[in-house]
Amino acid sequence: MNEELIISGRENLMVDPQLHIWHWPIPLYLFLGGLAAGVLFFAALYYLMGKEEQYRTAVRRVPFIAPIALVLGLAALFYDLNHKAFFWQLYTTIRLESPMSWGAWTLLVITIASFIWCALHIREFFPKWDWKYRWLKDLESFFNRYKKPLAWVMLIFAIITGVYTGILLSAFNARPLWNTSVLGPLFLASGLSAGAAAIVLSSKNREERLLFTKIDLIILGTELFLIIHMFMGFLASTQVQIEAAQLFLGGPYTMVFWIFVVILGIIIPGVLDLMELGGRHIPALIPGVLVLMGSFAFRFVFVFAGQVSRWLY
Amino acid sequence: MRYAMAVDTRKCVGCSDCVVACQTENNVPIGFCRDWVVEVIDGTYPQLEIELRSERCNHCDNAPCVRCCPTGASHIVEGGVVLVKPNKCIGCGACIASCPYDARFPHPKGYVDKCTFCIHRVREGMKPACVAVCPTKCMYFGDLEDPNSDVSVVLKKRKYKTLIPEAGTKPQLYFLI
Repeated sequence: MNEELIISGRENLMVDPQLHIWHWPIPLYLFLGGLAAGVLFFAALYYLMGKEEQYRTAVRRVPFIAPIALVLGLAALFYDLNHKAFFWQLYTTIRLESPMSWGAWTLLVITIASFIWCALHIREFFPKWDWKYRWLKDLESFFNRYKKPLAWVMLIFAIITGVYTGILLSAFNARPLWNTSVLGPLFLASGLSAGAAAIVLSSKNREERLLFTKIDLIILGTELFLIIHMFMGFLASTQVQIEAAQLFLGGPYTMVFWIFVVILGIIIPGVLDLMELGGRHIPALIPGVLVLMGSFAFRFVFVFAGQVSRWLY
Repeated sequence: MRYAMAVDTRKCVGCSDCVVACQTENNVPIGFCRDWVVEVIDGTYPQLEIELRSERCNHCDNAPCVRCCPTGASHIVEGGVVLVKPNKCIGCGACIASCPYDARFPHPKGYVDKCTFCIHRVREGMKPACVAVCPTKCMYFGDLEDPNSDVSVVLKKRKYKTLIPEAGTKPQLYFLI
């Protein structure tokens, strides 16, 4: 049989024998960014729908996860930079061609918005909170007056953040596994389901828990659909994308993807959600933690497997 | 002006002199290389064919690394040469991931490093170090828009290919076959 053997004299660190330029901080950040986006999306959505009192946990309490997740995520991103002292160069320009550039600006906006949102609801956790300085009190009343526009900013930028974590990867045609436009909506769905799971985990109100269990179920179904859709796209595409799909269809990432992401992260929590909605009592902890873990595993598998997938020439 | 390079895969003996010349000329850190030699063996024994290619950055016309750079550190200068400004580069690695040829690498100092087509030599009328040093004279460099340049002349005479043109990068490194 005809065979081809390719021998390269190149042995650059982090590039050969296969690309490994992005390490664990990147998928960790993608997960935290997605989670923050999901949490803020629901907070803004239900506030704008006028259901602040009804879904108190979602609007007022769970958003406190967002600034923590975003700051940790940004720290992880910074840690993975190779030329750290020059990170500020990111904020000297906006380049729309580069998802990382407009993504960095989006992150800045959503992080500030999440801090303001939490500051407005600080009395949920510290009822006797006092801002002490007059200008801080003025600032609070200013943002309280413009809470609606703030919620709109949060809603829109949460969607952009959720999609951007996927677009960041899908913009690279050099890595066939990442190079699919399904990745943007898929990462958004994964972030939203993580956000809904966080609300189910935190809420003590049964009505609220049931609503977000329902939402979680719909998003998990969408995710499953998008994953199947993605593989159909790969298998109908060029040789490099067929090979990229093989990484998950018999290749080295098969087990970790189907077990941790699809079965434990989507199907089992989906079934548990269904049982809960059907009237059985399922401890919220189980599906909630599984969804969060699945979302986390999804980003790890994708960032690492994507760096393995490549063009051969 | 459009600088390009042609490498004669039939003349190249794979000695890696181009690699050492580049490392010396550009002070490339130990363990890294901006150009490298690939050997492709094709066929069924005993009917085998060997192709030797001295590879480097393709200085693409449609460079994904320049597009995805968040700070503009990766930029294009005269003749379409793709360069990196070390004091603008944050070392995020996006350009490294975006290159289908894996031609870039993280310099130990943090910024991203790559082939410059020896633009500092070209500006003084010299050839890139790899081209100048090649013992079989299998490499040709020059301006594609000048019909009398070395590279234009040889591309008119010979058959050639580029690497993964289907990636849409419009590579400017030509391999004579």
